[in-house]
Amino acid sequence: MKPTNIEELHQRYLSSLKREKKWVRFYQLIIFLVFFIGWEICSRLQWVDPLIFSSPSKVWNLFLIKIQDGTLFIDLGYTLSETVFGFILGTVLGTLLAAILWWSPFLSKVFDPYLVVLNSMPKVALGPILIVAMGPSFTSIVAMGAIISIIITTIVVYTSFREVDPNYVKVLQTFGATRIQIFKEAILPSSFPVIISTLKVNVGLSWVGVIVGEFLVASKGLGYMIIYGFQVFNFTLVMLSLLVIAVFATIMYQLVELLEKKLIKNGS
Amino acid sequence: MDFLNIHGIHHTYFTKTSSTTALSDVSLEIKEGEFISFLGPSGCGKTTLLSIIAGLLTPTAGEVTLEGNKIEAAGENIGYMLQQDYLFPWKTIEENILLGLKIGDKLDTQKKSYALNLLKEMGLQGVESQYPKQLSGGMRQRVALVRTLATEPKLLLLDEPFSALDYQTKLKLEDLVSETLKSFGKTAILVTHDIGEAIAMSDRVYLFSPSPGKLHKTFDIPKEIREQTPFNARNHEFYPEIFQTVWKELESLEANKH
Repeated sequence: MKPTNIEELHQRYLSSLKREKKWVRFYQLIIFLVFFIGWEICSRLQWVDPLIFSSPSKVWNLFLIKIQDGTLFIDLGYTLSETVFGFILGTVLGTLLAAILWWSPFLSKVFDPYLVVLNSMPKVALGPILIVAMGPSFTSIVAMGAIISIIITTIVVYTSFREVDPNYVKVLQTFGATRIQIFKEAILPSSFPVIISTLKVNVGLSWVGVIVGEFLVASKGLGYMIIYGFQVFNFTLVMLSLLVIAVFATIMYQLVELLEKKLIKNGS
Repeated sequence: MDFLNIHGIHHTYFTKTSSTTALSDVSLEIKEGEFISFLGPSGCGKTTLLSIIAGLLTPTAGEVTLEGNKIEAAGENIGYMLQQDYLFPWKTIEENILLGLKIGDKLDTQKKSYALNLLKEMGLQGVESQYPKQLSGGMRQRVALVRTLATEPKLLLLDEPFSALDYQTKLKLEDLVSETLKSFGKTAILVTHDIGEAIAMSDRVYLFSPSPGKLHKTFDIPKEIREQTPFNARNHEFYPEIFQTVWKELESLEANKH
């Protein structure tokens, strides 16, 4: 027997989806409010040391002051451009390196142990050397942001290049494709999903590299704000910097997701 | 002079621990416009031979000539169709069927309209801007056929192209492929392990025996069956007899192995 109220059932299903979405949003908002209100209350009532943990109202006031005198924009501008450059450089160079390794199986065999060593080494430990070599400048911090993600990008992307279904390559070979054409038509596009997911990881990594770089150079930027606030025991400044970083790292991540939607087309 | 001449082909695969001879002294000739099947159990080197003919693999010994020219690299003269469609999922149907022309740098308006017209003849009008995922298995394999034919190859190599399809789709597609190839007068080699398919579609069937792959026997399909479509050939009065003969040969190969 065919139910007569299909239309009604469908409506009911849709409204149940909508209701669920509303509840998810509601609880997300609750968590947000509880965190900030709780933080404010704990700080006001001295349950936590307000000197160390500051409070949302203090951070907000500092935020307004730093916007009015424009210093926040300067620091944010520095850090953001360093991170974006480091991120792009790390991803592009890493993918390029992966392409070279794919191009020459011989080279990939030669470089294999070095990649393993470089990957296991903590890259931030290279910070002091970079700063001495390139000077305490924009360049050395960008280099930090890039170097931290480059090797892992190479390894992950190279692995995905090699895992492309050989039958796609065979199709192209039967048309007499050159190695460059095979790379362009099959290897690279079928690795886009993997490249995008390394981009997502690299967003976080670049921020780490840049912030550590700014700790070391200590002249400007959000990382400098943190280390300065720590040194003069102004934790309101540290908290403000952290929150700004959180917001902009999230925005970068969202942009990568937007790119993902643009880049990956398969009719779904 | 024969259209395709396969002479003294011998191929051995090397691995770290062993060397395996996949093909041993295979020679045969194919005339223009013929439809040939390579039939045999798995491990008899059918696909290896096809790869050699396509120029994807260099044989350890022997040579293949197409119209008197030695085949050394893959190229536009030969079209190859795989077991599955292997349409590129990130390309639209139109981009997929024009891929071969693009690779060979032969893409112009005339060739493009030829390819799009082929798509129409295969009953696939209006799917140009869709993605492979949106099509059914049979439709996708038809698109793959269009992709192979778009470069107007002289010789078509079909590597079990129907084996991944359900039976009904397979029968329909066999008819379509057979008709299309006949109307274009294309020469084709079909690799299969399906006796019925080999008999119904071909002018001649080469039976291979395994380890190492050797040409075991040749069956000429009578004119009466050749003139039928693959679907009708299966109902022809001569069909069961040929089927039995080929079946017994295949069985004897199995028996020899044990």
